[in-house]
Amino acid sequence: MTRAGWRDRLVAAAGLVAVWMLLWGVFSWAHLIGGIVVAAVVLRVFPLPPVTFAGRPRVRGLLRFAARFTGDLVVASVQLAALAFRFGHQPRSAIIRVPLRVPSDLVLTLTGEAVSLVPGSLIVDTDQASTTLYIHVIGVSGRDAVERFRRSVYETEARIVRAVGSDAEIRMLDSRASAGKGEHP
Amino acid sequence: MIAVGIIVSALLFAAVSLVLVRIVRGPTTLDRIVAVDVLLAVVVCAIAAEAAFTRDATSLPILVVLSVLGFIGSVSVARFSPRSRR
Amino acid sequence: MTLQSVADVLAGICLISGALLSLAAGVGLLRFPDLLSRMHAATKPQVLGLLLILAGTALRLQNTVDITTLVLVGVFQLATAPVAAHMVGRAVYRAGQVRRDLLVVDELAEDRAS
Repeated sequence: MTRAGWRDRLVAAAGLVAVWMLLWGVFSWAHLIGGIVVAAVVLRVFPLPPVTFAGRPRVRGLLRFAARFTGDLVVASVQLAALAFRFGHQPRSAIIRVPLRVPSDLVLTLTGEAVSLVPGSLIVDTDQASTTLYIHVIGVSGRDAVERFRRSVYETEARIVRAVGSDAEIRMLDSRASAGKGEHP
Repeated sequence: MIAVGIIVSALLFAAVSLVLVRIVRGPTTLDRIVAVDVLLAVVVCAIAAEAAFTRDATSLPILVVLSVLGFIGSVSVARFSPRSRR
Repeated sequence: MTLQSVADVLAGICLISGALLSLAAGVGLLRFPDLLSRMHAATKPQVLGLLLILAGTALRLQNTVDITTLVLVGVFQLATAPVAAHMVGRAVYRAGQVRRDLLVVDELAEDRAS
């Protein structure tokens, strides 16, 4: 077992213990020890696939991401509710390809989760080899709306990398951004 | 608080009726599983709202079970749904 | 006006807006033309609607043990809803249940063809 592997396991165990403690609701040493035992058994019986977490969490990036995410969530929910109550209007949609700039499974997963939690966009398929998300978007009027949405996914990716990514990944973001909006037409 | 209770119950009741119409109408299994997922979410909302009005936390553990159950249900149906219909 | 009644008013606002989002989801579920569009309507009560109602309940109960349970429900929901939506969405696309006439572009079909 490598050092990074041990760190991943420790993070997973800490998460499981936190869930266990939340389930009980009150702090006591018996609950803490019970949680550690349960976490050890769970990680032993269901081993995790190796996910390389190269970066480190940054408080400022995390706060910025959380604030923007909450804002997006509220705005998109209200927009979608308004769309539902516009009777007699058939909303059009699109399936959009977004090749992410940072080739990391963790960034792919987190970006997918964030995009999918915001109403109005839905992950239809992913391509792990090229870290590409295929996103179904509702309420798209035309080509320029598609490009606007693509840019917003890139912004979400950038915020996530700035929150949990490594220095190398942030540099990757900047160099690809200055080279143009993306390698795809 | 009683007025809030009546409004919330009416809204949730209307939501559940609309969702039930979708479950009956179908037309495919996947349509129904999406609708059942929404039904479950609305039921979770209703149980939480009930706990809020009575200030009684007895039913809260049910919410934890329901929120995990809905996930397992829709994932297993999506996993075993027929691959291609055309 | 005491602190308690302020919390009650806030809780009432949270509960009503959460219930409104659930109703909007019901309307969207019934009215939207194809399955993928209906799934967008489905994510609303699962995410923001539920979070608002949980926040309202937390404001009413004001008890640490209960609030940790509510936090746990919210966390489970946020972690699982995207995974379930992705699984169902992929099954829908692969089963061919997409209304092509309503799509502005379909870049996934372009990539799968090549």
